[in-house]
Amino acid sequence: MDEDFVLMKGNEALAEAAIRSGADGYFGYPITPQSEVMEYLTAAKPWEHTGMVVLQAESEVAAINMLYGGAGAGKRVMTSSSSPGISLMQEGISYIAGAELPVVIVNVVRGGPGLGTIQPSQSDYFQATKGGGHGDYHLLVLAPASVQEMADFMPLAFDLAFKYRNPVMVLSDGAIGQMMEKVKFQPQRPRMTDDELPGWATTGKKPDRERNIITSLDLDPYRQERFNQKLVEKYRKMKEEEVRYEMFQCEDAEYVFVAYGTSSRICQKSVQLARERGIKAGLFRPISLFPFPENEIEALTSHVKGMLSVEMSAGQMVEDVRLSVHGKIPVEHYGRMGGVIPTPEEIVDVLIQKFIGG
Amino acid sequence: MAKVKGAIVVDTERCKGCELCVISCPTHVIAMSKKVNSKGYHYAYMENPDACNGCTNCAIVCPDGVITVYRMKVEEKTEV
Amino acid sequence: MADINLMDIIKEKNVVYKKTKVLTDKVMHYCPGCGHSTTHRIIAEVIEEMGIQDKTIGIAPVGCSVFMYDYIDVDTQEAAHGRAPALATAIKRLLPDRYVFTYQGDGDLAAIGTAETIHACNRGENITMIFINNGIYGMTGGQMAPTSIEGMRTSTTPYGRDAHLMGHPIKMTELVAQLPGTYYVTRQAVHTPNLVRKTKKAIRKAFEYQALNRGVSFVEVVSNCNSGWKMSPVQAVKWLDENMLPFYPLGDIKVPEK
Repeated sequence: MDEDFVLMKGNEALAEAAIRSGADGYFGYPITPQSEVMEYLTAAKPWEHTGMVVLQAESEVAAINMLYGGAGAGKRVMTSSSSPGISLMQEGISYIAGAELPVVIVNVVRGGPGLGTIQPSQSDYFQATKGGGHGDYHLLVLAPASVQEMADFMPLAFDLAFKYRNPVMVLSDGAIGQMMEKVKFQPQRPRMTDDELPGWATTGKKPDRERNIITSLDLDPYRQERFNQKLVEKYRKMKEEEVRYEMFQCEDAEYVFVAYGTSSRICQKSVQLARERGIKAGLFRPISLFPFPENEIEALTSHVKGMLSVEMSAGQMVEDVRLSVHGKIPVEHYGRMGGVIPTPEEIVDVLIQKFIGG
Repeated sequence: MAKVKGAIVVDTERCKGCELCVISCPTHVIAMSKKVNSKGYHYAYMENPDACNGCTNCAIVCPDGVITVYRMKVEEKTEV
Repeated sequence: MADINLMDIIKEKNVVYKKTKVLTDKVMHYCPGCGHSTTHRIIAEVIEEMGIQDKTIGIAPVGCSVFMYDYIDVDTQEAAHGRAPALATAIKRLLPDRYVFTYQGDGDLAAIGTAETIHACNRGENITMIFINNGIYGMTGGQMAPTSIEGMRTSTTPYGRDAHLMGHPIKMTELVAQLPGTYYVTRQAVHTPNLVRKTKKAIRKAFEYQALNRGVSFVEVVSNCNSGWKMSPVQAVKWLDENMLPFYPLGDIKVPEK
């Protein structure tokens, strides 16, 4: 094996990748199952070699607002948390979207509602993709399915956050956060120099420019509506340019599993098992959950007879899949909840039961 | 003998008529005009300009910074 | 007495006080006689006198002073209610050579943002915090603040604040002075010329101390809310003197050790 590979937990890989992304700051609050992120960072002491700031905040509320401040100063800042902590951050995320600030938020999802469980889940799909807090906004949401992607999505998330001046969420789950796999890191990217900080950032008003103001407030309804329209346009552009997905044996598939993250890994095995039983199954894996690959899913309706949305939730992404196919083919849902991970076999059984019979 | 003479200029359009300058003036120079500005506020003016010594109290207490203060030394003429 | 024409005095060379250029020309939306305006003005004066306009980043709160960025001509971020110290923490840590200050009212700093206040102070963030305490929620229409004094009538304590029902007014400034992360903690006011001069000196120190990297400099300004208190400005400053200051005495609470 290539010597550049190392064996690591998903949470640790994302922490190391964050440092290598040239991140300027991490602000977080411990919560299972993602506490390894900050533990890794505080052990790695990036402030001694890249200058990256790492700070344990007094709460998730404070952490997300530290992101607001840091991003408003033009810096690459991030946090990570898990479902209850992400709920606490929603106010701040809404403000960040409203102030058009680039931040990266990692959600290593656990089951809910409430304290729920510390086991993996995918029950935060709605919260992640439909806004989450108050007001009309979206996060750009990336869903890794491996430890390697936990690492690879960090620089990507920062780049997308700055491209759109929009919060980017990496929607992982407790399984990917905790599992160990081999991972290869990209080389260290330099942090931005003071001269490279974006012109809109609050870095101190120079005599040659007006003061920069970071705010989400505008009491004039017509100006505020124009701003909302600007956001809508931004989300439209994301749909044009940032749709990411993977297809696995969909070319000749009659039935397609639609699954992301941990579920998509399990469904790969389900495709194989189904094909061994003579069922032409395939897997469509959305990587960007917002923007959702709706056109690509719709295109499959030309030859696919039915789709099964497999999620560790009561049925959230299934709504987007249904919207995508415009009623042309049936879309069913199969989900396990409360931290239970479905097996490849039971998924095939459900496919047969819902679509084929027997 | 030199004496200090002061004067103030009130930006009457920005004055909100709070009267804090009136109660802060040690020499009772300032009063509120009977006229109002475009916002409807009675604005401050020098009712008794001779008494102003340019101490800046009014400007320093003025919340909105609408008062500019001037001060100069004046040589007193000797009566013959 | 010399016969001297006013126009001889009113000349550029004789100016002894004029509005600082760090304050924009926009008329502040505050009510007549509001201490927010005065405090904005002296913060702007300090920034001008220290020559740090290009190095200063302000954090505005939620409340009446939400539009601080319209008036003080420095780069500014508008925080969610109570979160200004969290923003300031990150900004200062990421841009340590800048001057970072928060400006917060009593609801913002002493109610909804208590955790952020206490922990920024306890971590010893190298920032300046300006705390306007007028004992009432001005922006939302005069409701009880955490700092409303006992017996004070507000729109949610129409019969006066009863400590048994509503709890006691909180002395945040004394509280943060107990924390090892605060370097300079003082309580001032801005309703008379001499108090304005003192407060300006305190704010100047609070900014200058950032260069020493010793922790939070915290300046409370006991202020008036004429509209919320339903008084004229002149009545309000008298009421402030007679009622607020006995409970919130002015002066330094924690000064740097020599």
